[in-house]
Amino acid sequence: MSGRVSGKVIIVTGAAIGLGTAIAKRLAEEGATIVRTDINGGGDVIRQDVTDEAQWQTLIDDVVRRHGRLDGLVNNAGVADGKGPPDPEGALAEDWRRIYSVNVEGTFLGCKYAMPAIAQGGGGAIVNMSSIGALVPTPFLSAYGASKAAVMQFTRSVALHCCEHGYAIRCNSVHPGQVRTPMHVDLIARTAAELGIDEDQAAEAFLSKVPMKKWQEAVDIANGVLFLMSDEARFVTGTSLVVDGGMSLTN
Amino acid sequence: MRLKDKVAIVTGAASGIGRATALTFAREGARVGVADIDADGAARTAGQIGERAIAIPFDVSQEDGWTDAVGRTVAHFGKLDILANVAGIGFPGSILDLTMDQWNKMIAVNLTGVMLGCQAAIRAIRDSGGSGAIVNVSSLAGLIGISDVAGYCGTKGGVTTLSKSVALFCAEQGLPIRCVSVHPTYVDSEMLDPIASAVGGRQAMVDAMARLVPIGRIATPQDIANAILFAASDDAAMMSGHALVIDGAQLAGPSSAHTKG
Repeated sequence: MSGRVSGKVIIVTGAAIGLGTAIAKRLAEEGATIVRTDINGGGDVIRQDVTDEAQWQTLIDDVVRRHGRLDGLVNNAGVADGKGPPDPEGALAEDWRRIYSVNVEGTFLGCKYAMPAIAQGGGGAIVNMSSIGALVPTPFLSAYGASKAAVMQFTRSVALHCCEHGYAIRCNSVHPGQVRTPMHVDLIARTAAELGIDEDQAAEAFLSKVPMKKWQEAVDIANGVLFLMSDEARFVTGTSLVVDGGMSLTN
Repeated sequence: MRLKDKVAIVTGAASGIGRATALTFAREGARVGVADIDADGAARTAGQIGERAIAIPFDVSQEDGWTDAVGRTVAHFGKLDILANVAGIGFPGSILDLTMDQWNKMIAVNLTGVMLGCQAAIRAIRDSGGSGAIVNVSSLAGLIGISDVAGYCGTKGGVTTLSKSVALFCAEQGLPIRCVSVHPTYVDSEMLDPIASAVGGRQAMVDAMARLVPIGRIATPQDIANAILFAASDDAAMMSGHALVIDGAQLAGPSSAHTKG
């Protein structure tokens, strides 16, 4: 049986760890050829700093040269923490710039250079990883939440741009809730330290905000990305797919 | 097979999105109760599927009909896991055009039908040991107002928030049931037929609608069935209360036409 994304060549950024690894694996299971990149390259993961414009150009050129085409891009690379406090009052401007640079500019640059390459091959799909942080207030992650809201809004602009230019490229954002990735483990540890409670208590406090009372698994998010990347979603563009166990309903 | 060992009921399954959904569910391994108020149509769709389907013709606005349809499905296939509430009707018209008869009919099918379906399905899934999802077909008209489809918007908006309430209830109760609403834009289905003659014929109508959708065409029933399949399957195991939009970027925002003189 052929896979749901068979024959597609798809770039996944931030693919050395966490959600990126799971997304790359799930897409590969369904038949895609995956190009993995990460700031921590090595093995079959290409080293890429998504904030570096020249690296994007080189990456896209190399992929098209090697594979003959590009069908999809998952802008997954992202950062949440900085050197200073995360709240709106205490946060450092330097941290905001860094978080925006990776999460927002990185996504912009990826879309900018992937669009013509995907269009040239007849079309495809882009998925930008946003977050539940784009949908609810996040004073404990102020720059991150704001950056992910920017990603959601930019996604819609890319979707409309592609429609208006006849590119046959769909673009959607995905919004995970609470997934126990390394980024999330860091958040729990920091929250525990700030509140002077142990990490199990901090984790329980986060879980209590999820109506389904379960952590999402990375594969739950990867399945959402798979749907959007596949031709099953051929009419789905400019929208936001929320995979959060109901959390955004109540917070 | 993404719905292997699952038992589903699909309403409105004689035509359009409902039929595409029933056929898609069956292709992915589900056994399907094929529901429609049109008994012949339900039988035709069930016949296309074969032994893995039964026709359960009934009126979704009647509580007794749900009791009977769910009872027959569970008796035949042993349990219930999934309900796709697709049945719906629409009358065009502004708020001042609406007649009480049109309003009552839309409320009965689009909103009462979905509410009764959620009640019946939650009880049946819980009591039969099933697990899965309720997928309610709302509309773009369930997320935004449209001046000349006022009554339809009212009923579909109700489906949007009813679905979120059902999702929260099931989560709070620890039931293995998710609830997702699905929001299509225009779909090229039999539902358009009654208004086609009033707007210059079917093709003229479809072309005019397509101009309002950035992606350049209107949806097919299969486009929507694909999304219902995703929402109903375990691929969406942590998606509940979500409003899944399938609209070719229509809601993404206004086009750039204003910049093009």
